[in-house]
Amino acid sequence: MQLGKNQRNMLTAVGFLSPNIIGFMLFTAIPVVQSLIISLYDWPTFGERKFIGLQNYIDLFTKDPLFPKVMGNTSIYVFCYVALNIVLALAMALWLTNIQRGEKLYRSVFFLPQVTPIVATGMIWKWLFLPKYGIINNFLGIFGVPDINWLGTTGTAMSAIIIMSVWQGFGYNMIIFIAGLYAIPESQIEAARIDGAGKWQVFIKIKFPLISPSIFFAIVMTVISSFQVFDQTMIMTAGGPANATNTLVLYLYNNAFTYLKMGYAAAMAWVLFAIIMIFTLLQMRLQKDFVTYE
Amino acid sequence: MNEIKTNRQTYKPIIKKAANHIVLTVLAFIFLIPFLGMVITSLKPETEVLLLPIRIFGSRLAMENYQRAWTFFPFGQFLFNSVFIALCTSLVAVITSSMSGYAFSRLHFRGRDLLFTMYLGTLMIPQQVTVIPLFIIMRRFGWYDTYAAMVFPVGFTAFGTFLMRQFLLTIPYEIEDAARIDGCGAVESFIRIILPMAKSSIATLLIFTFINSWKSFLWPLIITGSDRVKTLPLGIYMFNGQYGTDWSGLMSAASIAIIPSFLVFILFQKYLVKGITMTGLGGR
Repeated sequence: MQLGKNQRNMLTAVGFLSPNIIGFMLFTAIPVVQSLIISLYDWPTFGERKFIGLQNYIDLFTKDPLFPKVMGNTSIYVFCYVALNIVLALAMALWLTNIQRGEKLYRSVFFLPQVTPIVATGMIWKWLFLPKYGIINNFLGIFGVPDINWLGTTGTAMSAIIIMSVWQGFGYNMIIFIAGLYAIPESQIEAARIDGAGKWQVFIKIKFPLISPSIFFAIVMTVISSFQVFDQTMIMTAGGPANATNTLVLYLYNNAFTYLKMGYAAAMAWVLFAIIMIFTLLQMRLQKDFVTYE
Repeated sequence: MNEIKTNRQTYKPIIKKAANHIVLTVLAFIFLIPFLGMVITSLKPETEVLLLPIRIFGSRLAMENYQRAWTFFPFGQFLFNSVFIALCTSLVAVITSSMSGYAFSRLHFRGRDLLFTMYLGTLMIPQQVTVIPLFIIMRRFGWYDTYAAMVFPVGFTAFGTFLMRQFLLTIPYEIEDAARIDGCGAVESFIRIILPMAKSSIATLLIFTFINSWKSFLWPLIITGSDRVKTLPLGIYMFNGQYGTDWSGLMSAASIAIIPSFLVFILFQKYLVKGITMTGLGGR
C-alpha cells in the first residue's frame, strides 16, 4: 500500500517481462554485441585472439577470391528464388480463390513441404536429380533430353537447388496471398464486372492494387529469408561442384566451424546483417507508398 | 445477345470447373511426387532402387529398410530427442511469450512502447549473427551438447512476444476491467481470464515453435557433438555422409522425419494458417 500506482504497475510489468527479457538479453542482445566484437578479432576457436580492427572486413572484400563468388551465387539464388516463388504463389492464390470448392485441400498440398525438415526433402530431391537413375532425368529422357548430372555440373547445380527451394517454399506466400485476396470485398469486384471489366482487368485494376501491400511485404520477407539459405546447399551439394552452389551462410558456417576462423565468420555474419537491414529499411520506407488500403 | 449469354452461363461454368479440378489434381499429384517417391523407395528392396527402366513398385515390401535406418544410427534416441526438444522449446516459448505479450499489450508502464520497438527490431537479426557467440557462450556455460542448449536459446523468442501481443490486443478491455474492479490482481486476471481466451493463439505459437524446432538444422549441427541430444535432421545428415548410396535406408529415415510433421500439420493446420496470415513472419 505504500507503493504508488506507477511503481506497482512497474513491478507487475517487471514480473511478467523478466523471464522473456532475461532470455532475450542472454541469447540475443549480448550475442549480437559480442559477434560485432568477435568480427574485429583474429579469433581462432582454439588459441590466441588478436585485435585486428576492420581487417576481417577488408580481407573479405579485397583478399578473399571466394567471397565475391559466394556473394554472387547467393544473389543469383535470391533473385531467381524470390521471383519464381512470388509469381508461382500469386498465380496459385488467384487460381485457388477462383475455384470455390476444394480450395483448402489444394492449399494444404502446396503448403505441405513447408512443414517438413529441409534436410529430409533435400535428400529426396538429391535422389530425384540423380544422373541416369533419377526420376527427373528419366522423365526428360522421354523427350530426348540427354542425361544431366544436375547437382554435379557447375552450370545446373544452382538451378537444381532453386527448383527444389521453390517447391519447398512457395506455399507460404501462397497462403498470405490467398488471405489477402479473400479480404477484398466481393462488392468491389462485382462492381467492376458490371462495368464490363474482364478477368484480367479485374486483376490489374482491382485485385493487384489491393493486395500489393502483401505482395511487397512477401517479397521483402522472402528476400531476407532466402539470403540465409543453408540447409539445401549443405545437404544437396555441400557448396559444390567447384563452389558453384557455395552460398553466404554455408561459407560462413565452414569458416566458423570447419576452418575455425570465428572472427572472419562473424564479419561475414555482419555483412549478411547489413544486407538484411537495408532490405528491412527499404520495406519500412516504401511501405508508406505501397499501402493503398488499411 | 442476352439469350446467348444465359445459355453460355448454364453449362460453360460446369465444364470449366471440372477442367480446373482435373488440372489442379494433376498438378497436386506431380507436386507430391517427391513425397510419394520417398515412401515408395523406403519400401523397395535395397537392390531394386537403382534399376532401369524405373519401376514404380518393388517386388515386395521391404520393411528391413526401416530396421536398417533404425539400427545403423540410434534413431530411436534421435526421434525421442526431436520430440522432446520440440516440446520443451514450445513450452518455454509459450510461457515466456504469453507473459511478455501480456505485459506489452495490457499493462501500462513507462517505456513500454520503446521496449517493444526494440523487441521488434531484433526480429530482423539473422540467426547467423548470434550463432557464433552463442556457441562460445554455450561452451562457457558447460551447455555444449546438452538439451538445455537445444531448447533455451531457441525458446525465448521476440517473435512469440510479437504474436501474443498482437492477439491479446484484440481482447476487449471491458472483460478484464470488470474482473480488476472485483479485486482481481494482474496475475490472477492473466491466468483466469486472459489465458483461457488466448487458447487459439497459444496453439498457433505452439505449432510454429514445434515445427521450427523439428525442422531445425544449423543450430543442432553446431551445438551437438555426441549422439545423446542429436535430432532426426542430423541423423539424416549422418546417413547422407556415410551411407550415401543406401537410398532405401535413407528414404526410411526421411519418412520417419517427415511423417510426424504431416500429422502435426493436418491436425493443427487451422492455427498455422492463422499465424501466417496474422504475422507473415513465423516459420519462414
